[in-house]
Amino acid sequence: MNVYAQTLMEWLKVPEAYLVYVRIGVFFVYALVALTFGALFAGVTSWYERRVAARMQSRIGPNRVGPQGILQWLCDGVKCFLKEDLVPKEADRPLFRLAPYPVFIGIVSTFVVLPFSATVVGSDLNVGLVYLIAITALVVAGILMAGWSSNSKWTLLGGVRSAAQMVSYEIPLALSLLVVVVPAGTLSLQGLIRFQGGAPWNWLVFQSPMTFVAFFLFFTSALAEGNRTPFDLPEAESELVAGYNTEYSGLRFLFFFFAEWMNLYVIGAIVTAVFLGGWRIPGVAWQRQAGSPLLELVGFALYLAKSLVVVNVIIWLRWTLPRLRIDQLMKMCWKYFVPIGMVSIVLSMLFTALVTAVPLLGRITSIGLLVLGGLIGAALLRRTAYAFSSFPDKPYFKWMV
Amino acid sequence: MNLQDIIVEAEGGQQMLLNMGPQHPSTHGVIRFLVKADGEVISEAIPVVGYLHRGIEKIAESMPYAGFIPFTDRVDYLAAMFCNHAFVTAVEKLLGLEVPRRAEYLRVIADEMNRIASHLIAVGSMAMDIGAYTPFLHGIREREIINDLTEMLCGGRLTYNYMRIGGVSRDLPDGFLKRLKGFLDRFDPGFINEFNRLIGGNEILVRRCAHVATIGADEAMDMGLAGPNLRASGVSWDLRRDMPYSCYPDLEFDVPVGRGFRGSLGDSYDRFMVRILEMSQSARLLRQAIEKLPDGDIQAKAPRKIKPPAGESYGAVESARGELGFYLVSDGGETPLRLKIRTGSFSAMWAIHRKSAGCMLADLVVLLASADIVAPEIDR
Repeated sequence: MNVYAQTLMEWLKVPEAYLVYVRIGVFFVYALVALTFGALFAGVTSWYERRVAARMQSRIGPNRVGPQGILQWLCDGVKCFLKEDLVPKEADRPLFRLAPYPVFIGIVSTFVVLPFSATVVGSDLNVGLVYLIAITALVVAGILMAGWSSNSKWTLLGGVRSAAQMVSYEIPLALSLLVVVVPAGTLSLQGLIRFQGGAPWNWLVFQSPMTFVAFFLFFTSALAEGNRTPFDLPEAESELVAGYNTEYSGLRFLFFFFAEWMNLYVIGAIVTAVFLGGWRIPGVAWQRQAGSPLLELVGFALYLAKSLVVVNVIIWLRWTLPRLRIDQLMKMCWKYFVPIGMVSIVLSMLFTALVTAVPLLGRITSIGLLVLGGLIGAALLRRTAYAFSSFPDKPYFKWMV
Repeated sequence: MNLQDIIVEAEGGQQMLLNMGPQHPSTHGVIRFLVKADGEVISEAIPVVGYLHRGIEKIAESMPYAGFIPFTDRVDYLAAMFCNHAFVTAVEKLLGLEVPRRAEYLRVIADEMNRIASHLIAVGSMAMDIGAYTPFLHGIREREIINDLTEMLCGGRLTYNYMRIGGVSRDLPDGFLKRLKGFLDRFDPGFINEFNRLIGGNEILVRRCAHVATIGADEAMDMGLAGPNLRASGVSWDLRRDMPYSCYPDLEFDVPVGRGFRGSLGDSYDRFMVRILEMSQSARLLRQAIEKLPDGDIQAKAPRKIKPPAGESYGAVESARGELGFYLVSDGGETPLRLKIRTGSFSAMWAIHRKSAGCMLADLVVLLASADIVAPEIDR
């Protein structure tokens, strides 16, 4: 954003001494824009997820408010605004009231480093990935606070489950990101995107076998970190009533769900930035992309499209898979994910050294992995094809109306 | 043991006393458990029954026999047809009434349709309790078709009041058999395959259910389990085959038993799988019944005012939740002297109490769902 502050200064012919104020102003505007984007995304995703779920379950879903029900989330939001802000009698009042904010702040603060396109980014921190991992840890604090302060045994169980789960899965999450950092040589998100190319074989996911593994490792850990099915134990309805947010109502409840859906975008955006080439346009150098507004826009569209694909996959998973048990979840993390992550880092270092010596090897690996990825995708589609094709309801629903 | 003692015992032993129910999402109705837990590990889950007690057995004592049939619907709202059937069987035994063949076939068709509907809810809600929502709604979708069929048959979608003493209330409407055949073609193997692909073979579901709350054959018989829960433990006992009633001797079917499909014999996954296999057998029974359906009366000549001779009778059918028995005592009057209903869910509660020790909280939910308990059937 500093670039934009500079440009604005020159355009308005403001004396150099006011640079700080202009910067603050620009950042403030950017923060508002990013927050609005996140809020819009969270809202629309809440509607979209319900529609997708309904489609998968042979239902219709919300379709009354606006065309195809696209404004349903506004109604839900207004409803939550108007509801009474209940605090249970025996609850720890200050803590109970405070709890939604760390959750919300933890998610929203990721927008500081999450880029939208080549120059539109809050701050291109050189420790961007570390910042991401650190700031999302705030969510755990909020959820634990909510679980504890509600003074209900069910919410406490939800809070403790969530703390155990999120603290554990932060480790494979960080490890899988480090695997990618080794070949790229940078922790900055923009740096990682610049390192990659626009074309799929230049993406970091296909960079080496280890980054390919790290992609799946990261995706799964991010699901666990974000409390999404199959790892939604902290809010397991059938076991813990509603988990840590059982006692919440109104706006505070909304904050939790806001954070959850915004987190969907955050997961999608990080996966896209780190593994799937971010805002890079195939065949265009990043220096050129940084200059022209049109290319920036195209880059943003590409970035958003890729993120949406990831979000879509997460939604599909949520409505397909059952949920793991807490001990299975922990076992998966500590017995499989953490060792795989560790080994991947070491192998990734070796591979990077090897590729530096023999550049051709890197090219061959990328193409090979791209083919492998394509095959995996095709196999998945083939296994799920029956859901699209052989649905035997055609002659049947005629008389059911 | 009263509540105060339980609280003192649990908290003296450094355990948490959780109150699960009567309004807990996974108890499927109003059932309450007092769960003593150390973190996630349960040391005991004490069932507290009686929240849905409506005194149906007592009501019977002041109702004429024919007038009590609608009340039997309320014993088990997911499989009401069986309650109809068991009650009329008991009365017919008292009266020594011969039921026309066609009526028997119609009863079996209604029963088996209801069994499919009930098992769909059972396996679907089990998947839902484990966290997968979609299979449940797919089950509901298929059940909706059955509901439409029963609506055609007797006008009711949930409480049927279809059977009468000595027969059934209505003959098949036009086009019913065609629709039923259409449903069966869609259901077996189409839907069952799809369901198994979607959730039945899902690795996460298998790992959540296999080796969870394993009930051995002897143990199952000691606990008085019945129906699919008993058969999942490897005991091949089915009233339809072993104490034949109605027209079941004419029809061919297998009795699926648990074999430790993916875990150990009698675990939650066996209970899940046995129900799926039973649905397929029910479809087979329905196809045969449609094929063999004889012509003739649907109602025997029963006296207008039913006054059975003094005596006792026990009418039992294989319900979706195991042996459902109506024990009737008559003193020769217009109303029963005494009625006792034996239900499968009630005995399953004891199994839950016994098997909950050492389970995790998530396992208790699986056990609860796999036992397929229905709250009104426990309490009557």
